[in-house]
Parts: sequence; C-alpha cells; structure tokens
Amino acid sequence: MSTAGATQPGLRAWLLASAPRSRWQARCGNAYLAWLKLSANPLAMAGLAIIVALLLVVIFAPLLAPGTPYGQNLLHRLEPPSAENWFGTDQLGRDIYTRVVHGAQLTLMIVVLVAILAAPTGLLIGTVAGYSGGIVDTVLMRITDVFLAFPRLVLALAFAAALGPGIENAVIAIALTSWPPYARVARAETLALRSSDFIAAARLQGASPARIVLRHIVPLCLSSVIIRVTLDMAGIILTAAGLGFLGLGAQPPLPEWGAMVAAGRDFILDNWWVATIPGIAIFIVSLGFNLLGDGLRDVLDPKQR
Amino acid sequence: MTELRNPVSAAPSRGAGAGLWLSKAANLIFSVLLTFVGLLVVTFLIGRVIPIDPVLAVVGDRALPDVYARVRQELALDEPLYYQFWLYVTKALHGDFGKSVITSRPVIEDILRYFPATIELATLATLLGVMIGVPAGVVAAKNQGRWPDQLVRLLGLIGYSVPVFWLGLVGLFVFYSKLGWVSGTGRLDVYYEDIVDPVTGMMLIDAALAREWDIFFNAISHLALPVSILGYYSLAYISRMTRSFMIEQLGQEYVTAARVKGLSELRVVWRHALGNAMLPLVTVIALSYASLLEGAVLTETVFAWPGLGRYITDSLFNADMNPVLGGTFVVGLAFIGLNLLSDVLYRVLDPRSR
Repeated sequence: MSTAGATQPGLRAWLLASAPRSRWQARCGNAYLAWLKLSANPLAMAGLAIIVALLLVVIFAPLLAPGTPYGQNLLHRLEPPSAENWFGTDQLGRDIYTRVVHGAQLTLMIVVLVAILAAPTGLLIGTVAGYSGGIVDTVLMRITDVFLAFPRLVLALAFAAALGPGIENAVIAIALTSWPPYARVARAETLALRSSDFIAAARLQGASPARIVLRHIVPLCLSSVIIRVTLDMAGIILTAAGLGFLGLGAQPPLPEWGAMVAAGRDFILDNWWVATIPGIAIFIVSLGFNLLGDGLRDVLDPKQR
Repeated sequence: MTELRNPVSAAPSRGAGAGLWLSKAANLIFSVLLTFVGLLVVTFLIGRVIPIDPVLAVVGDRALPDVYARVRQELALDEPLYYQFWLYVTKALHGDFGKSVITSRPVIEDILRYFPATIELATLATLLGVMIGVPAGVVAAKNQGRWPDQLVRLLGLIGYSVPVFWLGLVGLFVFYSKLGWVSGTGRLDVYYEDIVDPVTGMMLIDAALAREWDIFFNAISHLALPVSILGYYSLAYISRMTRSFMIEQLGQEYVTAARVKGLSELRVVWRHALGNAMLPLVTVIALSYASLLEGAVLTETVFAWPGLGRYITDSLFNADMNPVLGGTFVVGLAFIGLNLLSDVLYRVLDPRSR
C-alpha cells in the first residue's frame, strides 16, 4: 500500500473506492463523482450560489430587512435609492429593499408548490401510461398532448381567470399547465424499464401493478423528472411573475416581484427604480435556476446538450 | 458517394412506401383532430366554471326577472351539459364565439381585427431570431467550448431568464425616454392613426400598399423595440437548438468524408452540415413562432400594442369572457396549425421520413 493513498482523507477514498462494499457506498460515490463534474463547471456553481443565496435570504428575511414590507410612509413617496432606502421607495413610500427581500419568500413558495403539485402528477400519469400500454397509454398520452399543444401562458391566464385572481390560484393554474412534459419524460423512462428482467421478476412474485409502478418504476424515473423540474423552475418563476404583472397572480399589497414591476410601470419614465429593481430580482433568481439546471443536464445527461 | 451524403445509414425500405405513408398521414390527422376536440373541451369547461354569471354579463345587474329568464333560455343554460357543448362546438366551427360585451361586436370580428397586429410582431421577431440565431448557433458549434460558444450560451441563458415585461419597460425607459432612438407605445404616432386602409391589418404592408412612406417609417420606429425584444427570445432558443443540431451533424462521418474530399471548411459547415441541421430546425422555428404568438400577451400589454394578447387580457379584466375564450381558442388553433405545418414540412423536406 502506498503511503500517499493511506494519507488521503478517509472519506474521499471511501467515496472513490473502485469496489464499493455496500449499495449506499456506491450511491454516495456516484453522487460524489457527479458533484466533482458539476463543481468543475463555473456557470453551474454560480447558479448554485444564487439559489443558496435565495434560500438564505428567505430564511433570514426578518434579520436582513427588519421593517415590515407593508409599512407606508406617504411623506417619502418615490424616493430614489439612498443610504436610508437602499433600493428607494415606491408610490406608497414603502421601502423597496424590504419588499424585495420579503418577496423572495413568495417566489420560493410558488416554485415549490408548483413543483409539489405538477411533478407527482406528471410522474404518476407518465408511469401509469407507460406501464399499462394499450388503450390507457393512448388515452393518457392524448390528454397530455392536448395540454402540451396549448399555449402555456394563455392557458394559465384562462385558468387564473376562471379560478379568480390570487396567488393560490396562480399556483394551481401554472401547475395545471406544467405537468405534461414530466409525464412525457416519465413515460419514456417507463417504456425503457417495462420489459426489463427485474420487473418481470417482481411480476412473477405476484406484485400488483400498483406496487410495481410505485415501488419499482417511480423511483427510477425520479432523477430525470427532477432534472426536468429544475430546468423548468425558471419558466415557472417567469410565468408566475407574468401573471402577477398582469394582475392575475399575487394581489396587492403582497410584495410579489411581478406585481411590484406592474406597480412601477406608471412611474418608469421618471422613477425607474420602482419597476427595475424587482425585475432584476426575478432575472437573477431565474438565471440561477437556469445555470444550475443547465449544468445538471450536462453532468447527468451527457447525450442531450 | 451518394451513400456518404446520407447522414444516417439506415434508409427506409422502399417497398412499403405508399401504404406506410398513408397510415402515417391518417395517424397525424387523427391526432390533430383529437387535439382540436381537446381544445374545444377545455375552453368550453373553463367557460362553465367561471364564477361570472354569463346572463348578468349580457343583461346587466338591474335587468327584470323575465328578461333575465329569457336571456338564460337563449343562452341554453338550462339544457344538459352535453347539449350545451354540442351547441358550443357547432357555433365555434362556424366561427361564432358570441359577442363581446365591451366592444359590442362579434368576437370573431374583433379577433380578425386584432390578430394581424400580433402576427406582424411575431413574424418580424421570428425573422430576426432566425437571421441572427442560426449563424450564431453554427459559429458556437464550430468553436465548441471556446469563447464564441460560451458567449452564445450565456446570451441564451440570459434570454431564458429575463422577464419579457420587465425588458420591455426598461427598453422603453432607455431607448424611448432617455435616448429617443425609437417611438413609444402603440403601433403609430397618434396623428398617423386611421389614415391607411387596413387591407391586411399589418401596418408595414398596408402603408407600403398605400405608398404612405412617412407612416411606413413611423410604423418601423414603433415596431423596432417590441420586435427586438421578442426577437431576442426567439434568438436565444433558435441559437441554442442550432448549436446542438450542428454539433450532432459535425460529428457524422459524411462531414469527415467531405473534408477528406478536400472541400473547403466553409462549404462543409455551411452547406453540408447546416443543410442537414436545417431539417430539425424547421420544427424549432415553428415552435418558436408559436411561443412568440403567446409571448406577445405580455409584450403587447407593455407596449399598448392593439393585438390579440392585449384583447384577451383587457377583456379578462372587464369580466368579458367570450373574447377570452374565443381568443384562447384561436391562439390554441394557431399552435395546432403550426405544429402540423412543421410536421408536414419535416416530412416533405426529409426524404428519409417518407
């Protein structure tokens, strides 16, 4: 045994072992290799840094901006950025910095809720369609195609109009329009898995179709769906902000970034900061998700670039 | 030599040609029809679940009970749901989406009036996206991993991340208010409006037909900013897809063969490889065009552009649902049509898929 190898930190050696002793070790090793590749990509790491920063802002919002995002001060309306108000004040004299910081919570909430609603729906529909085949597959995939053929923003607009404006309904509307790609991905994965030996073995042991789909197929489709969701995050943020901008998403006085841009629209020519700064926040966060998603795809799916 | 030109060696068997093609065409038509029916179902259902009383929207909230009852009967709201759907379908097939309460014109007339403005915007933006995006993608693929590639990639990622409505506002602030390079919102300056006959509804063409060159150039200065902004989104998508198609093509053996034959690099890349990459690109361009039609919703709001998107949102805020559903239906129809077109074009252009 070489001394260099022995002095290596134990964890790294354990992770990179060519003959892992347990399934857990092998899995960690693979994850570590993927991480090494990902961390070699500066753009992806920049994206990760942005998302970590977003999480920190969300967690420490009360510390970063101790004031309330709703506090009006009509004596100090539309003031430009200063030492007092870092990002200036809006038409009601509210501090834009405080509102942007607290708005991060709303953005994160929307993204997480849409992912929680849309990803399992798409996953379930895709795996069931792929595993069942035949008429079930045809029907489910046709429904998926109908939703895919729809213009997404217009559909979300019509849904949001039907359900009434509000942040919850915006989330539902976006989720309703974003599951089809996940169903497609999950179905493609399922078709590849369906005829493999371990599925046949499970079936011969008497496992019910529900058990096979939920316990054997879904876990294997999970990673590609997760990549897809990460790539979609930016799109979700932009759609939510667009709905907010049109007045169909979060309602005032909630500090949602899209609605804040809309509020600043009337003052853009004289008071540029009111609309510009929340827009920059939207841009940075969606750029973060795009950079990370792009890097993840390069690492985990080298075929498709 | 002919084999080398064929990028994929697996050529389809000639024997089953016609029959296979027919069944494929039947399949395509079937799926298009199904999507069309789905579109009808979804817009119909949205119209039913809306918490707006369609009768009140017509008669107003101070109508007498018997007027209310009569309108309710005229709208067939007491009939069973399947019958209402049947009525909806027959009407939609005749282009009848009801009347708009706000403009008090049939919705279809409004749509025909507003849609050309959206088409003008989306078409010019797609042209811009193709003219810059395709060469940019080719250059990126050619220099894979080097700075031109990173630049195109970064520009694309920014395009995917910027909120279009914000870019529009900032663009207006910088290029209209501060620099004065372009005109502001709307399609024309106020004093030019309603001079040119709306022959096609597209301002550039109408002005050129009427030989009103002042109006023509005024229309260009109004179009410049929204077209550049939408075009940037189209560019981001098209350059990225071109890059990945070109990388795939440049790795093929026929490219090596063409190089070995002594063809110039320019010819190999721009003629042979791009020629083959253009096939899947047709689909990408059609899709990007379709997404611009809907991306126009936000852009039109920012630029006060009298197009279909603004018509839909304006009606939405006035609780005028017929235009919303009719507009959604028409945009969906355009989506289906463009998908079908790209499918057919792909089959016509690519002999292998026949």
